[in-house]
Amino acid sequence: MNTISLNLFLFYGVFIILLLIAGFYCILATINLIRILLGLELITKAVTLAIIVVGYITGNIALAQSLVIIVIVIEVFVIAVAAAIIIRIYKLTDSLDVRNIRSLKG
Amino acid sequence: MNYDLILLVIMMLAALMTVLSTRLLIAAIGLALTSVMITILMFKLKSPLAGVFELSICAGLITVIFISTISFVKPLTDKEIDERTKQRIKKYLALPILLILIGIILIFIIKPTTLQIPLAIQETNVRKILWDLRQVDLLGQVIILLVGVFGIVVLFRDVQKETNKK
Repeated sequence: MNTISLNLFLFYGVFIILLLIAGFYCILATINLIRILLGLELITKAVTLAIIVVGYITGNIALAQSLVIIVIVIEVFVIAVAAAIIIRIYKLTDSLDVRNIRSLKG
Repeated sequence: MNYDLILLVIMMLAALMTVLSTRLLIAAIGLALTSVMITILMFKLKSPLAGVFELSICAGLITVIFISTISFVKPLTDKEIDERTKQRIKKYLALPILLILIGIILIFIIKPTTLQIPLAIQETNVRKILWDLRQVDLLGQVIILLVGVFGIVVLFRDVQKETNKK
């Protein structure tokens, strides 16, 4: 790896880490279920960008793209199922407060 | 690299808009904007196929899913929005400061060093990698797709039953 590509990785790396922190902070600080999902999305976006940057630097961009496509497809289903669960919780408890689902039955 | 910096800064601002905004709809739009910025960066990093997926699925489909979910929820009144805004300012005040501090620390701490790059697949065709070399991943995707569809159908069927009972 030459210095230019390593500098590029560090340059992008700073923003990837900041995006990860924003996502984690969003998950940890909120009590709203939809916001938790938004935080999860931000973390996934940081990971996606990291894979592409590493693929570009190492010259394996095709492999990185195929991995990103797989990540995105799985991400959609995770979000869709999570959104369905959130709607169900909202119908049951009439609120999006995560504290209402602390005590699980059964 | 200057254009990249502008795009990355806009991406971070959009991410902050997602985290800090009181209204969920604005947060969802902020997430879509983050996706658009990542798409442009992907095109710049010579990954058009991943960029197209990111734009159509993440900025399009996932935003639609979020907005549909938000539409099921009762909107807040103006009084509630004011209360929530005050609470959120207290709770999230630390985030921009934390991000700026960590960013500055990372810029000063991380210094270029030599890294060993592991040998990876040297194939340049994305389609060939997806269909020939990573077939197990595709099988996993198909299984997840079926599980996802089954899960959504089961969850929405139960909601429909309860609505009919009421």
